[in-house]
Amino acid sequence: MDGILALAQQNLLSPIILSFVLGLAAALVRSDLNIPEAIAKGLSVYLLFAIGFKGGANVSSHGADLELALALLAGIILSAALPFVAYGLLRLLTRLSVVDAAAVAAHYGSISIVTFVAASTILDSQGIGYEGYMVAVAAAMEAPAILTALWLISRARPESRQQDSHLWREVMLNGSIILLVGAFVIGWITGEEGKRQIDPFITAPFHGLLCLFLLDMGLVAGRGLYKAQRVVSAGALVFGITMPLVSSLFGLLAGLALGLSLGGVTLLMVLAASASYIAVPAAMRVALPEANPAVYLTLSLCITFPFNLILGIPLYITAAELVMAG
Amino acid sequence: MDLYPAKRVEIIIESVMEGHLTEALVDAGVTGFTIVPVSGGSGRSGQWSGQGQVSRAGGMVMFVCLLRPDRLQTLLDSVFPVLDRHIGVLSVTDTYVLRAERF
Repeated sequence: MDGILALAQQNLLSPIILSFVLGLAAALVRSDLNIPEAIAKGLSVYLLFAIGFKGGANVSSHGADLELALALLAGIILSAALPFVAYGLLRLLTRLSVVDAAAVAAHYGSISIVTFVAASTILDSQGIGYEGYMVAVAAAMEAPAILTALWLISRARPESRQQDSHLWREVMLNGSIILLVGAFVIGWITGEEGKRQIDPFITAPFHGLLCLFLLDMGLVAGRGLYKAQRVVSAGALVFGITMPLVSSLFGLLAGLALGLSLGGVTLLMVLAASASYIAVPAAMRVALPEANPAVYLTLSLCITFPFNLILGIPLYITAAELVMAG
Repeated sequence: MDLYPAKRVEIIIESVMEGHLTEALVDAGVTGFTIVPVSGGSGRSGQWSGQGQVSRAGGMVMFVCLLRPDRLQTLLDSVFPVLDRHIGVLSVTDTYVLRAERF
């Protein structure tokens, strides 16, 4: 228990989490603090490139053919299966319609890359190693959940229409995925030599820029949280906190089955526990326009994201440590 | 200098539908239109702002098309299936253009 508290305290007092909390607090007191949109977008491009490149370079130096393939497969299965769990929980805890529940479920099968970046940064700061290919697993977990959500809808409403190419372009070719996977491939191809060439750019400023980015995310989440009481019921709130804990258990089991390192298991738990608020909301607007975006965006961005960032990550690290030590 | 009657069609729609709507307009033979980002507004669900959106799900864009009056119905028939289920507004205004052959 002391270990968990110490880790939670260490996490809470890290610059990246405190920056997020600052943004959250500033938004809740309705401060006019604002990060210009172009800067926020630039920061996200930098972070995705850096994390993708470092993951690829790591795979290049350590190799991971079969391991990588199995981890990708596990990620895809997790992403496709978790929406069923989320959907069941939502129907149990809330009065959301089938469409709203399916749309929310898709978000919880998919992932939040920002949570992943924050978790890997915290692992780095604690000297806990992890498999570089987890970046590729993160990318692979973006889309399968959407298929499950659409299947849930088509089962409940057979008249629902077929989806077209625009949806798949939105999901598979969105900028974040292209950048993350592209940087991973560049890192893989160029290896340690490539990393050495751009290391001052992708390593030294990383923590500071992540702080600024999370400050902005705190502002965004806080502004959403301010309006959350109008759109999120008590049951949905319970779901937003319970679901990541349940999902992380699936991540833990999958990580152990794959034989991942402590850091790898933790990251798979984080990926399973996190919920998308970039790619999936856009896909849901195309595929399920009847679903209320206020519900799924508030739950994933304003409830689950802060929970994972502040409490979830230290909890997942501790759980993985305890299970792997035992 | 003569002015010629034309129709001005404004369509405000979710950013994620920009590709769909562009395709529908091109299918209707409308080759001249302008797409403008929308920074915020107010509608049936209350006020909203494009500021601080992390996903394209929350954004809106506005299409402005000018066309000959006789081509209006073709445009409406083509874009209706795109607008039907989505958040958005379509309005048509009588207007005048300088060079009719361009529309």
